[in-house]
Amino acid sequence: MSKKDITSKNSMATFLKVLRFIGKYRFLLVLSIILAAVTVILQLYVPVLFGYAIDEVAATHEVNFSRMWFYLSRILVMIVLSGAATWVMSIINNRMTYRTVQDIRAKSIRHIQKLPLSYLDGHSTGDIISRVIADTDILSDGMLLGFTQLFSGVITIIGTLIFMFSKNVWITLMVIVLTPVSFFVAKFISSHSFQMFRAQSDARGRQTALIEEMIGNQKVVQAFGYENRSSERFAAINEELRDSSQKAVFYSSLTNPSTRCVNNIIYAGVALAGAFLIPGGHLTVGGLSVLLAYANQYMKPFNDISSVITELQNALACATRIFDLLEEQPESTDPAGTLNDVKGAVDIRNVSFRYEEDKPLIENFNLHTEPGRRIAIVGPTGCGKTTFINLLMRFYDVNGGSISVDGKPITEVSRHAIRSSYGMVLQDTWIKQGTVRDNICIGKPNASDEEVIKASKMSHSWEFIRRLPKGLDTVLYEDSLSQGQKQLLCITRVMLCLPPMLILDEATSSIDTRTEMLIQEAFDRMMQGRTSFIVAHRLSTIRNADEIIVMKDGSIIEQGSHDELMARGGFYNDLYNSQFVRVAE
Amino acid sequence: MRTLAKYLRDYKKESILAPFFKFLEVVFDLLVPIVIAQIIDVGIACNDHGYIVQRFFILILMAAAGLAVSITAQFFAAKASVGFAAKVRQAVFDHIQKLSYTELDTLGTDTLITRLTDDVNQVQNGVNMGLRLLLRSPFIVLGSMVMAFTINVRCALIFVVAIPVLFLVVFVIMFLSIPLFKKVQGRLDTVTRLTRENLTGVRVIRAFCREEDAVSEFDQSNLALTKLNEFVGKISALLNPATYVLINIATVILIQTAGIQVNLGNMQQGEVVALYNYMAQMIVELIKLASLIITLNKSMACADRVAGILKVNSTMNYPENTSAVSKVQDNCAVAFDHVTFSYKETGAPSLSDITFSAKKGSTIGIIGGTGSGKSTLVDLIARFYDANEGTVTLDGQNVKDYSRKELREKIGVVPQKAALFQGTIRDNLSWGREDATDAEMWEALTTAQAREIVEKKDGQLNFRLEQNGRNLSGGQRQRLTIARALVKKPEILILDDSASALDFATDAALRKSLHQLGGNTTTFLVSQRAASIRQADLILVLDDGQLAGKGTHQELVNSCETYREIFFSQFPEERIKYEKTTGKEVLA
Repeated sequence: MSKKDITSKNSMATFLKVLRFIGKYRFLLVLSIILAAVTVILQLYVPVLFGYAIDEVAATHEVNFSRMWFYLSRILVMIVLSGAATWVMSIINNRMTYRTVQDIRAKSIRHIQKLPLSYLDGHSTGDIISRVIADTDILSDGMLLGFTQLFSGVITIIGTLIFMFSKNVWITLMVIVLTPVSFFVAKFISSHSFQMFRAQSDARGRQTALIEEMIGNQKVVQAFGYENRSSERFAAINEELRDSSQKAVFYSSLTNPSTRCVNNIIYAGVALAGAFLIPGGHLTVGGLSVLLAYANQYMKPFNDISSVITELQNALACATRIFDLLEEQPESTDPAGTLNDVKGAVDIRNVSFRYEEDKPLIENFNLHTEPGRRIAIVGPTGCGKTTFINLLMRFYDVNGGSISVDGKPITEVSRHAIRSSYGMVLQDTWIKQGTVRDNICIGKPNASDEEVIKASKMSHSWEFIRRLPKGLDTVLYEDSLSQGQKQLLCITRVMLCLPPMLILDEATSSIDTRTEMLIQEAFDRMMQGRTSFIVAHRLSTIRNADEIIVMKDGSIIEQGSHDELMARGGFYNDLYNSQFVRVAE
Repeated sequence: MRTLAKYLRDYKKESILAPFFKFLEVVFDLLVPIVIAQIIDVGIACNDHGYIVQRFFILILMAAAGLAVSITAQFFAAKASVGFAAKVRQAVFDHIQKLSYTELDTLGTDTLITRLTDDVNQVQNGVNMGLRLLLRSPFIVLGSMVMAFTINVRCALIFVVAIPVLFLVVFVIMFLSIPLFKKVQGRLDTVTRLTRENLTGVRVIRAFCREEDAVSEFDQSNLALTKLNEFVGKISALLNPATYVLINIATVILIQTAGIQVNLGNMQQGEVVALYNYMAQMIVELIKLASLIITLNKSMACADRVAGILKVNSTMNYPENTSAVSKVQDNCAVAFDHVTFSYKETGAPSLSDITFSAKKGSTIGIIGGTGSGKSTLVDLIARFYDANEGTVTLDGQNVKDYSRKELREKIGVVPQKAALFQGTIRDNLSWGREDATDAEMWEALTTAQAREIVEKKDGQLNFRLEQNGRNLSGGQRQRLTIARALVKKPEILILDDSASALDFATDAALRKSLHQLGGNTTTFLVSQRAASIRQADLILVLDDGQLAGKGTHQELVNSCETYREIFFSQFPEERIKYEKTTGKEVLA
């Protein structure tokens, strides 16, 4: 099978899937198509009737009023019908498109909740968003509107040809032969203006780069008194852009006048031929006016259809991307088991895990903790610390071995049961757009203000929350807070619900030492009596841990208390000393 | 809009000629039905083949002439709109160069970039379309009416009634739907935001088992969007059928009236065809006009936004020339006298009541937590912001009395964010001083511990950096930005936490070489590392905008609680020593 066959087969399959999606609106779709046919035929017939009416207005004292009235009253009925049909059709089309979009998006967001993190981690956020938002819009516009437009375009062409042929064969043939000329003219112009558009987008690209640099770093520009030089550089590129833009805009704007000129010539041709034919009785004056009207419109459906076909192809491409997302295998089904009154004994046996098939990351991982113990995990970057958290929370499933909480394998309890037993604070903070209260109460939606304030005082976030313009009711945006403040807010979240076990990823990079100390204190307070897993960076955390796990290349290479490990003089000893040296210079 | 209009003034000629030639094109368009009428009423009625052929060639000539004038019109429109946009862009860019930090903070970088790019492009589009089409459609509509009057007054009266009614319908529908479209965009933004939040926050949502809440919140805004879309759709979908029905009713009345007029001998059949054509032409133009107005409306909104930037004035005024540099040669490079400062639109002050003075040639360390006001303090030295209360003096003279140029020459800043620019290393270093020699650049690089980096690059000083210097590591970038400030040989050097990406050894070497600069350079070192500022002549400890302590390291260890906390958290072994010697316990 050739490649093209496969693609066309794929797009056929996609098309069928789309049809299944809009299946529940099939009644509306059929109705829309019928209405489209009705309006097109009515609208094409109206000029014909006007032609007949004009024929009755022959000359002085020769006007046949009763027949003229007959045609005009029919016209009135038809335009009202056609107007009503058009409006209803638009409403139906709107309903179909918007509801389909809504359906697809609702389905996507539900599917996203169930997708394994491996998929979400492996795809860029922007890419998935554009599937859910932009692709969906293009799909519905292109598919549904394209479909009806394509249909009415075809009916218009057939109808126009029938009506024209019924008026005069020769003139119709002439129009059919001459119209492609304007296509060629348009094509010629667009292929020649392409070069100029390239030059324009090139200049625009360079200008945008300069803008991003200079305006993006405007403070530096000003600090160095570079303002004049930056203006000069901008002026040079701006001049270039002006030059290339002017050419591009001008040449591309030639298409309309040129095709209009071709059409005018065809129009003149129709008039000429008509004028010669009328005296012979092959055509009436009214008939000529119909032909002239059609000659003007004849081009339009062709343009429509060609743009609709591009849209349809585009829509199919988008549909493929959406279905790729929707058909992605969700997480394995959730068992119904629950965990009651978690003590916090975690047992990890022979666990192995890999992100990629042929790259084993964690192998033969064993760890047992008694309730209430404090486990510090240390090791160089990429040793598998984050992966370990992913496995504990069951964000990822192990490839081999098992993890149990209080003796129950986590694959036998529901994900909610296991996840709600842990309080998790990640280095990578996440704030959603909403009030401070909304953000803190994620884990406990109906917490009272007293509880929230108490939690935020305990986690030292109250100091900055208090100073926000509206306190707890301040709406937070992506960058309303500093990194350290976000971190404190995330800790407050966990502080509010305080589950029996904790997973903490110590953040060090973006926080100054003093804030870090506050955070540390908050951490310490939370950890009391709770089984805690801490990805540790700070010496004090490491030293105070009941057990230290030293990871390297996915496995535990050393395990024990600080003193034990130091005495052993192994990897931990080296690591500890190097950190010590670093901090103390 | 008026703010931008002046930039079109240089293209006055083009802005008049473009619509004028468009008008000529309309005239040719309007003449066509008349010629057709003549063919019918004279040529066909008298079966005069010569006349018909002659009229045919007139039609062809008119088509050619129409093409010529409309190309001319397009040319002038392109020239005027593109030229106008270029001028606006330059004006906005130059204006931004003059804004102070306060305005830059308020407006935001992203906004400024969008205004300069997308918005100006939209305005260009609007001007171009406006010049070409805004007059064409009214010309055709009114022209049709005028032509109708030349044919038959009674029939023309139908045009007089029909046109305002059509205009009214088109505009009512449009003005109802345009604000609604904006609302739709707002709701779509919400749906997009929620989708993003669901993806970026997936771990948190799952950890707190909030999947169902997330879905139901999404469903709500998804439904709201659909509902609004359908509502707007109903209104805007009225436009086509309503105008179609109205224009055809007008045509029916027209034919009926024309019938009577022809019967009375007041006009001929061909003229009826002409009137019919005028009606048909009008409706096409009205619809075009409607969509044009939507485009223009959008670009007006963009124009307003662009003009908004131009209307923002810098809140900071610099004296043209320094009022005779007072030769108060006190030994004090920088002094703060009860300085209080808060950022615009924030409540609590970021700095309150700060007083200190820095001796010429000394090194001043500034330490404190995130948001304690360290960067704000150094920004006030360079007068990037003005203090709300109190005074900042440089060499005994108020910073407000220095000209912008003098101030910039005096002070070299190494900002927190290591921003480098596309271009050679030499280009970047010459930001410090335009006429710096290579020798001076190498000297600065050596001091900044960056000599080795540059030496290892192909072409050394000619090595090209990519945008934002992204082909260098963070530490390399920081050292180059330090060198850039050093090229200036400033009297006051400010390093705003600009050694954070350096390892401790390089950091120490850097401090040593900065110290050796000696002379009159007063250095301000902002840092979170106690080690970096330990040796400074004066250390300022900031805590939540307050000056928690000032003095040397030893003085502060003895007297300042905040400083002790910071210092001991980074030097645990020192705490043990301290606790042993003093018998006091220190919180950690």
